[in-house]
Amino acid sequence: MDLVSHHSGDVNVITVNEPRIDASAAIRFKDAMRGLTASGPSRVILDLAQVRFIDSSGLGAIVASMKQLPTGHRLELAALTPDVDKVFRLTRMDTIFAIHASTEMALRRAAG
Amino acid sequence: MSKPEGGRRILDVTLRAQSDAVREVLGLARPVLAQGGLSEESCGRAEIVLAEALNNIVEHAYCDTATGDIRLLLDLSEAHLTMTLIDSGRGLTGADLPEGCCPCLGETRQSTPEGGFGWFLIRSLSEGIDFCRRDGRNRLTLRLARETGDDADQTRG
Repeated sequence: MDLVSHHSGDVNVITVNEPRIDASAAIRFKDAMRGLTASGPSRVILDLAQVRFIDSSGLGAIVASMKQLPTGHRLELAALTPDVDKVFRLTRMDTIFAIHASTEMALRRAAG
Repeated sequence: MSKPEGGRRILDVTLRAQSDAVREVLGLARPVLAQGGLSEESCGRAEIVLAEALNNIVEHAYCDTATGDIRLLLDLSEAHLTMTLIDSGRGLTGADLPEGCCPCLGETRQSTPEGGFGWFLIRSLSEGIDFCRRDGRNRLTLRLARETGDDADQTRG
């Protein structure tokens, strides 16, 4: 699971360099996210621009990644592609996460 | 294996009941659907439904043992895509199929559900679902409308 984290000011931007977060990748995704978010800035943005497809296991892994963050940290999502956006909208998970059109736009928006 | 009336078979493939094989078959099916004339939006709907149905068979009919096969048939007619999945795993009856209500999202971060969305997605995106057990095999048939109003939404977006 190729996830890359870089700290931009007080934001931890995690880019998913994979086309899919699915049943065969869900556990590795969750474990990789734990490693990248255990410390560092409290605002975490997950950039999903390269993720073309997600299934319910992948969705569950993103929720689990949010729940395993240190207290007071939060997970936001950026750059959902059409099929990923569809899964978030149908399950109403778009009401749980702050979702940004792109990481650039998320960074322009002040934390808060 | 008989085809739905008026349909043409665009895929007939057998895969091992294992999540890496599911990923591979989804990668195979998507371009076949696009070549069949389905829009990007419809291909997306079909891939989500198919992924959830195949994952359910891997996890529940074969209990993650990767010991069996799944045969997948895709049939395209003017108005519908019909996806038929046949497996020899644990026997189900139609009554066993989950209702697929959308899980309650919970009031706190820790109560946000991590699962239970699979059948909800299948039922939300399918127009018809049929299940039967015959000759020791489960046969799940999922019918999707080829186009929905969402196509226009996506073009606008």
